[in-house]
Amino acid sequence: MSRKVRLLSGNEVVAEAAIAAGCRFYAGYPITPSSEVAAVMAKELPGVGGRFIQMEDEIASMGAIIGASLAGVKSITATSGPGFSLKQEHIGFACITEIPCVIVNVMRGGPSTGLPTAPSQSDVMQAMWGTHGDHPVIALCPSYLREIFTETVRSFNLSEKYRTPVILLLDEITGHMNGRVEFPDIEELEIIDRKKPTVPPDQYYPYDTSFGDVPPLANFFDEGYRYHVTGLNHDKTGFPTINPELIQADEERMLRKISDNLDDIIKYEEMNLDDADIALVAYGSTARSARAAMDEARAKGIKVGLFRPITLWPFPEKGLLKVAEKVHTIIVPEMNLGQMILEVERIVKERAILKGIHQVDSRPISPERILKKIEEVTK
Amino acid sequence: MIDRYEIRIAGVGGQGAMLAGVVLAEAAIFYEDKYAMQSPTYTSQVRGGPTKADVIISDKEIIFPRTSKIDFFLSMAQITYDRYCTDLKDDAIILVDSNLVPNAVEDKHKIYRLPITEIAREEMGKVVVANVVALGATMALTDILKFESMEKAVLDRVPKAFLDLNKKALAIGYERAKEIK
Repeated sequence: MSRKVRLLSGNEVVAEAAIAAGCRFYAGYPITPSSEVAAVMAKELPGVGGRFIQMEDEIASMGAIIGASLAGVKSITATSGPGFSLKQEHIGFACITEIPCVIVNVMRGGPSTGLPTAPSQSDVMQAMWGTHGDHPVIALCPSYLREIFTETVRSFNLSEKYRTPVILLLDEITGHMNGRVEFPDIEELEIIDRKKPTVPPDQYYPYDTSFGDVPPLANFFDEGYRYHVTGLNHDKTGFPTINPELIQADEERMLRKISDNLDDIIKYEEMNLDDADIALVAYGSTARSARAAMDEARAKGIKVGLFRPITLWPFPEKGLLKVAEKVHTIIVPEMNLGQMILEVERIVKERAILKGIHQVDSRPISPERILKKIEEVTK
Repeated sequence: MIDRYEIRIAGVGGQGAMLAGVVLAEAAIFYEDKYAMQSPTYTSQVRGGPTKADVIISDKEIIFPRTSKIDFFLSMAQITYDRYCTDLKDDAIILVDSNLVPNAVEDKHKIYRLPITEIAREEMGKVVVANVVALGATMALTDILKFESMEKAVLDRVPKAFLDLNKKALAIGYERAKEIK
């Protein structure tokens, strides 16, 4: 890695950033359009003392990264639509056992095998609700190559900090766009590692909330620390419990890890919103189309701004509310038949007129299509 | 100042269209400090299947990462000419391999015809450098990058034993295209 400026695809950037964040374990099953993440990891990990395993399927891959992380190694898997569906059971397991890990989903058309080589954003609700039960969710969705790097690092950081799986959402466009990227200084990156126990093994409990809502996590079986890990609701020892008070308190604590730290987790970008009459709300690759459309509209004298959630879940509600107070219309372009617009609608209510552009025909939403909609609502 | 220049290089799998696209992007980024964005198509992995590499070159950051108004279209096969001769700007330039794209008929755009593969085979003695001949011709027909930048980017990718061959292939492509420009 001699050149600071490089030509890389989004998927390749994810792999490079994961290694920079300290990830040393990858387990996965190759699937288009995510496979380049695995390809780079297979090549690079052994050289930095890491391990790469191609598992028999996506379910086993998810299990493997949970196990590796439990042993103390930062871990990642990458997949796309159908594979993301398969991983959901184990994602729930990582949520309730509070084991940090990063799951990359490079979205493609669905349902089922769908459109393996075409872009889509139809997994944004699955990222939130894909696994059953109430559970904390952090999902990040970068739009630019450098941002893919920084958000991959942030995925690991948030995962370690809050002891929870983090979902990194790319799509076929952001994953495969092969472009100029300048990495930040690796030495200057903020790298967060999970909190380790400060008590000896005989006094250690894996879910000991006397240390706060995010209890320290000992490397499993390492240095004498051993404990029970189960997908059942459990008490502080990790053994199953049916005590109603403990269950209620623990479920609420798991969500509180996120809801008490929204400012730390939520990230979004605002462009040209100060004087805007119309706001575009767009994420991932579609935000690039929206930005191009905004520039063209501005050139025509139409006051358009862009609100771009980088953290999709938890959704940047406070930020969007401020936008909704200012503009008369909000346009939500997304490559699905109306998913994130539901969340926008929940927040915006009657404050602004809401219009969606929902395209699932295998092609990216063009700036022209968004511009057309902008001109329609201007009339 | 290039605001946005879109190039499409198309050929059947094995002709090196994909690699040509990557090298073009590398020349822009590494030797002219420009921005470039390249998007592949999938059938490229299949030898003999139609493939294209779309490359956008700009002095500014590229926002919309896909091509929609092609400035320069290069096709090394009839099937890719028929399939990918779309989204062309009104003043777009087309370059085809004259032997492999016999039926390139267009009223709207200027078409240059060059026996790219024949030049590689007959004059260079190696059909594999056809994509480098094509890149040389591309440099002659567009003013998007300096010839020297492309030469450096091509040579970066070539094993030592083939440096000379590729250098000559790029130069001959450039010269032949200049003759027909």
